[in-house]
Amino acid sequence: MKNHVLRPLWVVIAAVGLLLLVRAYMVPDDFGVHGSGFTYGFHRLGNIDDWKAEKVQYKGKEYCAECHEENVAANNASKHNIIQCENCHGPAMDHPDNPEKLEIDRSRDLCLRCHALLPYPDSARGRLKGINPQDHNPDSPCAECHNPHKPALEDM
Amino acid sequence: MSCSRRKFLKSTLSGTLAASVPVSALKILSPSESKAATTGTENTRWGFLIDTKKCVGCGMCVKACKNENAVPYDAPVTRTWVERYVVTRDGRTHIDSPNGARDGFTSQKILDQEIRPEEINKTFFVPKLCNQCENPACVQVCPVGATYQTGDGVVLIDRTWCIGCGYCIMACPYGVRFFHPVFKVADKCTFCYHRISKGLPTACVQACPFGARKIGNLMDPDDPVTKIITTERVAVLKDEYGTKPQAFYIGLDMNVR
Repeated sequence: MKNHVLRPLWVVIAAVGLLLLVRAYMVPDDFGVHGSGFTYGFHRLGNIDDWKAEKVQYKGKEYCAECHEENVAANNASKHNIIQCENCHGPAMDHPDNPEKLEIDRSRDLCLRCHALLPYPDSARGRLKGINPQDHNPDSPCAECHNPHKPALEDM
Repeated sequence: MSCSRRKFLKSTLSGTLAASVPVSALKILSPSESKAATTGTENTRWGFLIDTKKCVGCGMCVKACKNENAVPYDAPVTRTWVERYVVTRDGRTHIDSPNGARDGFTSQKILDQEIRPEEINKTFFVPKLCNQCENPACVQVCPVGATYQTGDGVVLIDRTWCIGCGYCIMACPYGVRFFHPVFKVADKCTFCYHRISKGLPTACVQACPFGARKIGNLMDPDDPVTKIITTERVAVLKDEYGTKPQAFYIGLDMNVR
């Protein structure tokens, strides 16, 4: 072969070699076809464990009951027993260590998610007790009259 | 070097044929290997059940999902959302989902339009999330292998590997994928993989006060969710796309798209 062919050929061979070298270092060992074949299973296997290692933020009512028995018992005896504590108190995360104190959402907006009256008789929403937020004591927080753990006024 | 026409054609043909045989086709599989390749060895297949008759549109699921999965709270992206459908007597369907229903539905106005109660024919709320399809279109189009299907049927995204090209966001027929504004990668519902793999319910299932959302193992015939899916009338979204979604809906209306 003549020089004018060889020179660019060496350049090409070197470039391909460099590409393969970079690829060998960059692609993790566990990257390949796993599980359901190439179409859906071409991935890095370790990523499944990465996702499993994510931190759980919402711990559930049983976790709250470990320390706050009275409140959970009061809540369980009321119509609000279907609501998770953390829906209003925020995610427990590592409480009581971090955060030491959970920030309670006392806004009217939280209650209005269910209790703003929407005239939908054929939907489950229409069967919930609702108020018109503009007419029903618009400037007071709901908790001034209603105890969220025991929402019925006669239980106050 | 001489080469007759006949020899040239012969060697061209045989060379082409030899090159078209993949190496894997020459591998001899044992019966157990071939069985494992065609049937799943997993005994878990996660499925989701949504009862649109129970949903009241409070949006607690959306709030819990955003907090659980570090989806920016005020950004216009969310892994799950709730749509409100109001069908009026003139045959029109009014649909809205303010902020993905992150703060619930508190107003009778739909897209700044007042609808009188006497005009309403029917109303319902439809929660939506990733369907974790059996044939996920998003996975097929990923050019780098960053999104994939796990053995138990959940589609996940490898954040270290995603290049943010957005192909999957375009490919999903359900529009459940979005671009994560912080990590700069594609993102979507993972069925709270970190929770279900520990035996906990997903954040949205736990937060729903009305039991409108449920998750279960479709491989387990005794699972209450599987029992409902196999014995009651359920529907999936956009069946005609052939993606075989694994999120099943009770009481789905023809207006839901």
